[in-house]
Amino acid sequence: MSRQSNRTTDSKKMNSELFTLTYGALVTQLCKDYENDEEVNKQLDKMGYNIGVRLIEDFLARSSIGRCQDFRETADVIAKVAFKMYLGVTPSVTNWSPAGDEFSLILENNPLVDFVELPDNHNTLIYSNLLCGVLRGALEMVKSTLF
Amino acid sequence: MTDEALFEFLHMEIVSHVYKEQQASKGEMDNKDRAACVSVLEGMGFRVGQGLIERLTRDSPSFKDELDIMKFICKDYWTKVFRRVAAILFISPPQGTYVLQDNKFSLLTQLSGGKQYLDQAPKYLAFSCGMVRGALSNLGLDSVVTAEVSVMPSCKFQVVIQKL
Repeated sequence: MSRQSNRTTDSKKMNSELFTLTYGALVTQLCKDYENDEEVNKQLDKMGYNIGVRLIEDFLARSSIGRCQDFRETADVIAKVAFKMYLGVTPSVTNWSPAGDEFSLILENNPLVDFVELPDNHNTLIYSNLLCGVLRGALEMVKSTLF
Repeated sequence: MTDEALFEFLHMEIVSHVYKEQQASKGEMDNKDRAACVSVLEGMGFRVGQGLIERLTRDSPSFKDELDIMKFICKDYWTKVFRRVAAILFISPPQGTYVLQDNKFSLLTQLSGGKQYLDQAPKYLAFSCGMVRGALSNLGLDSVVTAEVSVMPSCKFQVVIQKL
């Protein structure tokens, strides 16, 4: 019994490591291709956007979430359902703006940055910018325009 | 504990990005450019494969011989990475040649079956070839890994171990 459960947790961890390593290889390649970090950030955002527009369909197909009534509900769904389903972590939703149209997602442990160390000459690199693009793409598909 | 779909999406996006970049700078793609794209993807896969095999074999005992390593790649490595088992079709130990077949390769299932996209398939296999080569390299074997598709979504990986 314990043997079997060992294998399933191992395979889940392996998926996570595979994804993390692949993401790392991608960022390394982008840093090699483009000289400045701004370009890399832009590319990561663009790629994330493309992934997001497809991911939202996968998400809606697998979760049975209906329409969100307002932005706060959207934020909750993103943090508690989507992030949990895809990355296995639940970020906290904080820092709501007075108008209720801006919030922050704080990730306590980000699976994308396992095993990663940024060297000093890449201070302006937003390593997890792919996530921003994914959120932007996904939400645009469900008709919320984001900045 | 990331979802499997995430890796597949990321992989598709990486492949399309590499090809778009090459096309944007050159205009028309000729065979040399295509080869350059494939080697970029293969290089990325190589690094990932090296890292993965280190994590995977951390606690296992050392391997007896080449065949043992290949069996490990087919069963454990393939299961962990692609969630399936690949079959070894053909072994020729004197020449160090092995052919692995996967009948339902997870990175190809999203493309439609049939002849239409057969020539696009190698793009999606380059990364995985690199992963296998990286894994073998960290296990002490220098190799050349190529892949071919005749019927989607099944594909064959040919591994030739370089004898020093």
